[in-house]
Amino acid sequence: MINIVPPAFIYFIGACILPFLPGRRMKQALALLIPVIAFIDLLHMPHGVYWTYPFLGYELVLGRVDKLSMVFGYVFVIISFLSILYAIHIREYGQHVAAYLYVGSSLGVVFSGDLFTLFICWEIMAAASVFLIWYGRTKASLDAGFRYILVHLVGGCILMAGIVMQVVQTGSIGFSMFDFGTTAAKFILVGFIINAAVPPLHAWLPDAYPEGTITGSVFMTAFTTKSAVYVLARSFAGVEILVWLGAVMTIYGVVYAVLEKDLRRLLAYHIVSQVGYMVCGVGLGSQMAINGASAHAFCHILYKALLFMGAGAVIHVTGKRKMTDLQGCNLYRKMPLTLALYMIGAFSISAVPLFNGFVSKTMVVAAAGKLDRPAIELMLHLASIGTFLSVGLKLPWGTWFGKPDGIANEISPAKEPPINMLLAMGLTAFLCIFTGVYPKPIYDLLPYAVDFHPYEAGHVVAALQLLLLTAAAFWIFIDKLMAGKPAVSLDTDWFYRRLGRALFRFCNFPLQRFSNSIRSFTTGGTARLADFSRNPAAVLELLWNKLQGKAMSDKYPAGRIHPANNRPFPIGWGVCASILFLFFYGLVYLRLFTFF
Amino acid sequence: MNKLRLALYIGIAAVCLLGFIFPYQHPHFWWQKIPVFDAVFGFAGCIAIILFAKTLGHFWLTRDEDYYD
Repeated sequence: MINIVPPAFIYFIGACILPFLPGRRMKQALALLIPVIAFIDLLHMPHGVYWTYPFLGYELVLGRVDKLSMVFGYVFVIISFLSILYAIHIREYGQHVAAYLYVGSSLGVVFSGDLFTLFICWEIMAAASVFLIWYGRTKASLDAGFRYILVHLVGGCILMAGIVMQVVQTGSIGFSMFDFGTTAAKFILVGFIINAAVPPLHAWLPDAYPEGTITGSVFMTAFTTKSAVYVLARSFAGVEILVWLGAVMTIYGVVYAVLEKDLRRLLAYHIVSQVGYMVCGVGLGSQMAINGASAHAFCHILYKALLFMGAGAVIHVTGKRKMTDLQGCNLYRKMPLTLALYMIGAFSISAVPLFNGFVSKTMVVAAAGKLDRPAIELMLHLASIGTFLSVGLKLPWGTWFGKPDGIANEISPAKEPPINMLLAMGLTAFLCIFTGVYPKPIYDLLPYAVDFHPYEAGHVVAALQLLLLTAAAFWIFIDKLMAGKPAVSLDTDWFYRRLGRALFRFCNFPLQRFSNSIRSFTTGGTARLADFSRNPAAVLELLWNKLQGKAMSDKYPAGRIHPANNRPFPIGWGVCASILFLFFYGLVYLRLFTFF
Repeated sequence: MNKLRLALYIGIAAVCLLGFIFPYQHPHFWWQKIPVFDAVFGFAGCIAIILFAKTLGHFWLTRDEDYYD
């Protein structure tokens, strides 16, 4: 007998009662309590398949619990606590409700054992998270939110199409490994990789995440892409195309981040890059690679949240979101704690030894090596250079240090962010270092037994070589990297932002004009036909006159063929003609009827 | 700034030296047997990424901020 409830429901119920609690303190207490309850719930969830409900002749499975789902379950619950702590000063409780619906639905995805439950939770995720963007309450966030939800709804439709095909073909709604050869599986895969932000279907992520609220974006970094990694690991492990997509992803994000000046957009491109390691690991499909992907998802969620918290704290305090506005303001003097905590996240993402990225990213790279994939290994290696370059060096330099550009642009009210933000960052930073120094708790959670030792001397030295020489190259190119004014970089969202608008204009202007001309031509034609049928004799006479070159007849002045009171046929003729027509029609009809 | 630069130089010299003392224990590819491969790769790779991205940005990707407005 299982007395516990699905963790998703804890968040859903909490989100429903949160706005109705009296008093600010009560609301804050509940918001912080929900993840704690969910964590205790997780601790008591045994492995197995339970919470099954019959539905339309199928069976819905709300609890498919094994090691793979538990890794993601634990990290989702942990990060929901840290993110809500970061956001606890917000008095707009709708944000908390949206965030908890979002967290709950992603836990629903992680523990769902059938495609229907998966799909429903998948859609709630998109619908709940878009509010975290819209609460930004600027025109940019409204527009970005609309683009975000449209992309995810398209993704949802593609997923639904795949699910329907799958159910029709196999008769089962079970969610497990798919046979990649079928069309259904390909549709489902596309639905999944839209959420995993795999280029060229990734542009929603760097478009939307920087426009969300400061606290909302912290939530968003954790759940959408990583739940997609989970479903990929669950159902498409070992699919070769994912190896290459993942490896390209890692470099794609890195290249765009070099061009970026917006703090959170730069970090968003590095989500694309980091999720690339996980997608690649899932594609490689070996036990070590799946372990690596899961461990990297776990670590990535922690340090990426920390990075977004750090960047968010700067934006919260200064109101500025671009390095071009912040460099040279000597923020390191006013926000040293934020800088230190941010740097822990930056070292983690850059896989500096003793930080958690080092214990997970290297596992994916080593898995590529073990499977003898030299090109993949080098691509992943190259991407980690770019990661340290942008997140570990360029962003902190441009935000906290940097050369003043001649104008005395001190930001006078700058100070450390509110205590809850610092506390959340501190706890996340602690977890980043703790799991980096002592990775055993994470390794024990992983789906397969771990035979990997990150802290081999040769390995550590190689990592330090890579990082220090990256720093040296950064030093040489520092001015080139910081130069340039804020700009937008073209990405695949161009297709729906510019091409889409061009299509709209095309429909509006030339196509509309063409349609109008056709309409006027046809309505003009009918008008002429109506004239002709009113007085065929007159029209023929006028035409005849025209052909012979005669002047217009007096009978029809100025070509008017139906002058008032000039009907050549009395109305009775028409009635008579129609009765005759009906008579002959009836005759023919009856004859046909009797003959056949 | 000069102190930081000195520290960087010393650090680089130290890790390159350590590369000879502690080679990879389980090399899968030939380049993992070269003691300073990661140093060279890090330096060249970083420059390559910067130049590649900046060139791409200059000739193709970078547009004015109001491009989509």
